[in-house]
Formats: sequence, structure tokens, C-alpha cells
Amino acid sequence: MDRNQSHRQVATMKQSLFDQGYLDHEQFNQLEELQDDANPNFVEEVVTLYYRDSARLVHSIEQALEKSPIDFNKLDSYMHQFRGSSSSIGAKKVKAECSLFREYCRAGNGEGCMRTFQQVKKEYAALRKKLETFFQLARQAGPVDRARRPK
Amino acid sequence: MAQQGGSSSSGGSRILSGGSINVSPMKPLASLKVLVVDDEPMIRTIHKAQLVRAGINDVEVAANGKDAVDLHVNGATFDLILMDLHMPIMDGCQATKKLRAMGVKSSIVGVTSSGGAEKTAFLASGLDDCVSKPFVLQQIAHYLKVPRSPTNPPKYHNP
Repeated sequence: MDRNQSHRQVATMKQSLFDQGYLDHEQFNQLEELQDDANPNFVEEVVTLYYRDSARLVHSIEQALEKSPIDFNKLDSYMHQFRGSSSSIGAKKVKAECSLFREYCRAGNGEGCMRTFQQVKKEYAALRKKLETFFQLARQAGPVDRARRPK
Repeated sequence: MAQQGGSSSSGGSRILSGGSINVSPMKPLASLKVLVVDDEPMIRTIHKAQLVRAGINDVEVAANGKDAVDLHVNGATFDLILMDLHMPIMDGCQATKKLRAMGVKSSIVGVTSSGGAEKTAFLASGLDDCVSKPFVLQQIAHYLKVPRSPTNPPKYHNP
């Protein structure tokens, strides 16, 4: 596959992530704007940091959900942070599920929280898989020629 | 944890991509010193990259309010401090109050996704402004353009 074809494949995959609602195009594009020759893998590095740091939060939420009675304030605080981190990389579906979770927190609905958290984890894992494929493709394609970088 | 940013020389106005701003600073951007205080490595990475992209080469980071205060105790000075609210050991509110009590006159801009009473209290701790996280460079362009004069009190300070 020639380089142009590879780049087209990367662009197509990225667009599909936007179209399917996995990624917020504005937020993700803002991260991509920070990627340059000095930091050619910046977005991948940021996403890697996101998954590394948020694993701790996911674990904290799991533990908090197992306690009885549930400390909804603590849960809400964890999820506020998780939602914020997810928003920073444009993780749209994850962010939406986090918002729903917080509504259940505020309503003191433990069952709703548990159910929604399963969805949070599902979207979190699904996005991770898609981004791993995307970054693998992007690495194989190599850096985009700046003169021809699409706006 | 506190880390030193890289160094290179460039100054004057810069057009930035992605919703460009044209900044003509009183001090060249390259000579500004900015401190990013946030407990999340990802957020520190993003904010530092935004600032470096804008032409600010001297960007330090701190992982919590205490580290930020310690930098100042050890003699560091900054033109702008970007302060997260929720951090372990010492949060942004406590750190800002401490820095103001120490006589720190730098512009301090809060960066948080919190709202309501929490944000109000944060502002009242001595901030000059508060922006949402992650910030877009345009939101803090004013503070890069006009470092606060030592004679101007913080905008939201309640002594």
C-alpha cells in the first residue's frame, strides 16, 4: 500500500470514529493540532496517559460501588474527574455515560449507578480498542506531509 | 513533583492554528514563565504542549498545590500560574490562598470543570480568572498578553 493510500485509510478511520460518536471531532482535532515533527506521537501519548491514569479511577469507582451504604458524594467526585479526563481526549460516548452515571448518583440510585457503570466500562474498552487500531495504522502510515495536511 | 520546561528563543506575535489568536504581548512570549499545576499527568502534558506551541518555552509543571507553593518558597517566580482545583495534598484553593499570603503577585488562573459554589470559592481564594478544563488558549490569551502589574490586586480576591 502506498503512503497516500495509508494516509487516506487513517483519515477514513478517524472520520468513522467521529461519525459513530466515539470521538468528539473538535476536542480530538485540538489534540492533533499539538502534534508536530517535535512531537509526532503526541496524541497517542496523551491517550496512553488517559488510559493509564483513568484505570485508577475506574478501580476506585468499582470499590466505592461495592461498599454499603454507597457514598454517593465520593462516587460523584470520582466520576466528575473521570468525565473531565474523558472529555479532554474527546471520548464522547464515555463522557455521555459518565454524565448519566452522575445523574443516578445525585438521585441516590445505586442500581442505576451500577448499571450505568457497566456501560461506562463497555464504552471505555471499545474506544480503547478502536484507538489502538487507529494509532497502529497511523504509525504505519507515517507522518502526514505538512504541505498536504488536510484542514 | 516539579519539572523544568525546555528552552529556545523566539518572540513577538504569533498566529496560532486551531481558532487562531494574534498575541502581541508586552513581554515576548518566549520570555514568559508559566507554571501548570494539575495532578493529572495527561492534563499537564496537554497544557504544556499548548503553551509551548504558543511560543512559551519556559513551562514548569507541578502535580499539586504544595509543590507549587514549594517552588515559590525556593525562589521561583512566574508570569502566569494555571491552577487546577481538585488535587491531593493541597488543592488549588489552599495553594492560591497560600501564594497570595506569601505575596505572590503572578496572574493565577484557575482551570476547573467545577461550577457553582465550588468555583465561586475558588475564584475568591485569590484568582484573577477561572477557565474550564482543558482550556483553549484563547481563554488565557489576555494573561499572556498582559502579565498582571504588581500594583493590581487579584480580580476576585476576598481578603
